Amino acid sequence: MTKKVDARGFSCPQPVILTRRAIQAGEFPIEVLVETVTSRENVRRASEKFGCQVEVEEMGGEFTLTITK
Amino acid sequence: MSEKFTRFFASRWGIVLAGAVIGALAPLLQKAGNPPNMGICVACFERDIAGALGLHRAAVVQYIRPEIIAFVLSATIAALLFREFKPRAGSAPIVRFVLGVFAMIGSLAFLGCPWRTLLRLAGGDLNAILGLTGLAVGVTIGVQFLKAGYNLGRSYKTYTAVGWIMPVIMIGLLLLRIFKPQFSEGGAIFFSEDGPGSMHAPLYISLGAGLVIGFLAQRTRFCTMGSIRDVVLMGDTHLISGLGALLVVAFIANLILRQVSFGFFGQPVAHSQHLWNFLGMVLAGLAFALAGGCPGRQLFLSGEGDGDAGVFVLGMIVGAGFAHNFALAGTPDSVANGTVGGISPYGMAAVILGLVVCLVIGLTMRDK
Repeated sequence: MTKKVDARGFSCPQPVILTRRAIQAGEFPIEVLVETVTSRENVRRASEKFGCQVEVEEMGGEFTLTITK
Repeated sequence: MSEKFTRFFASRWGIVLAGAVIGALAPLLQKAGNPPNMGICVACFERDIAGALGLHRAAVVQYIRPEIIAFVLSATIAALLFREFKPRAGSAPIVRFVLGVFAMIGSLAFLGCPWRTLLRLAGGDLNAILGLTGLAVGVTIGVQFLKAGYNLGRSYKTYTAVGWIMPVIMIGLLLLRIFKPQFSEGGAIFFSEDGPGSMHAPLYISLGAGLVIGFLAQRTRFCTMGSIRDVVLMGDTHLISGLGALLVVAFIANLILRQVSFGFFGQPVAHSQHLWNFLGMVLAGLAFALAGGCPGRQLFLSGEGDGDAGVFVLGMIVGAGFAHNFALAGTPDSVANGTVGGISPYGMAAVILGLVVCLVIGLTMRDK
């Protein structure tokens, strides 16, 4: 079961806080939805710090980051 | 190709480059005419713009600062080039306005935004240690709210024209700067004849430096508040490496240009009332943390289409009007008279009021 985090519209650090919370809960994979490149890079960096792998998919100006461990 | 650039700017070297360039250009702007230890100061420069428009009548701090204009427009250009221009708005704009007002009141109690805090330190002004400590304390308080679920809610995609409002306002200001119209006898537009407002680099130099900095800062998301927040919140040192680069490079540049003089008393456009230097920046830091960005970052965000950041900027400009009309802003030490400057009892009350307002915002606006 994929855990979904909808962080669209939140400015930083909110997307990172939500992602960290999901990672710490330990259920993978996690799908994080963000709207800006800034949030995409921040979520990517934060996830990689936790030793996770991140894949990014862009669709219609939004980004879906799939985080696995 | 564009993706490659984006990854570089998002890297540690990218943010260090941005900090280093700001650290190099600010002392040069000072050399070229900007006020001492104020090569760049987002708060002071917005205050000067407020003065030029007649929103306050402090005759020594009135000038339409091209750096501010260039920051926003350059962020717009960078965002368009890299397909990041995203018009968005609707995340508690009125709260952001209020935070902008108090962010300015706190900054002007100290006499500087976080950028100028670093530049003052790099010029030997030891009062900046109090300011920097206050900033860190303010941001740390903000982080506690973030941890407890504070946020101002989502923003939403909106019409393209919304994203253009701040860039167009800046083009309007640029026209006012270039043509210097006087709308009535003895009226606005005001340009200081003496004091810090009269000290400025030539227009093209200010614009050029602003464009370079705006571009780099938009690409790298350079943010002084974020630097401290990320360390406190998650031990992330990415952004703060840019802040460190700014400080080191500015200090070296000031040494080369002979612009360093260590001390507390009588530093340029600064006062040595330690408690209020500290508390002013606690207020500013808390307001920045609650609003999600330092004054510089808010300008760059407003340039890339973030209407909420634009409202924060307008709040700061209006806050500068209050700060000078109600005598809330710090008065510099007077070397000639040997008197220590500082803020008035009204200024002290305003800082305390601001702290209370920010605490209420932090406590009441959160997801359960």
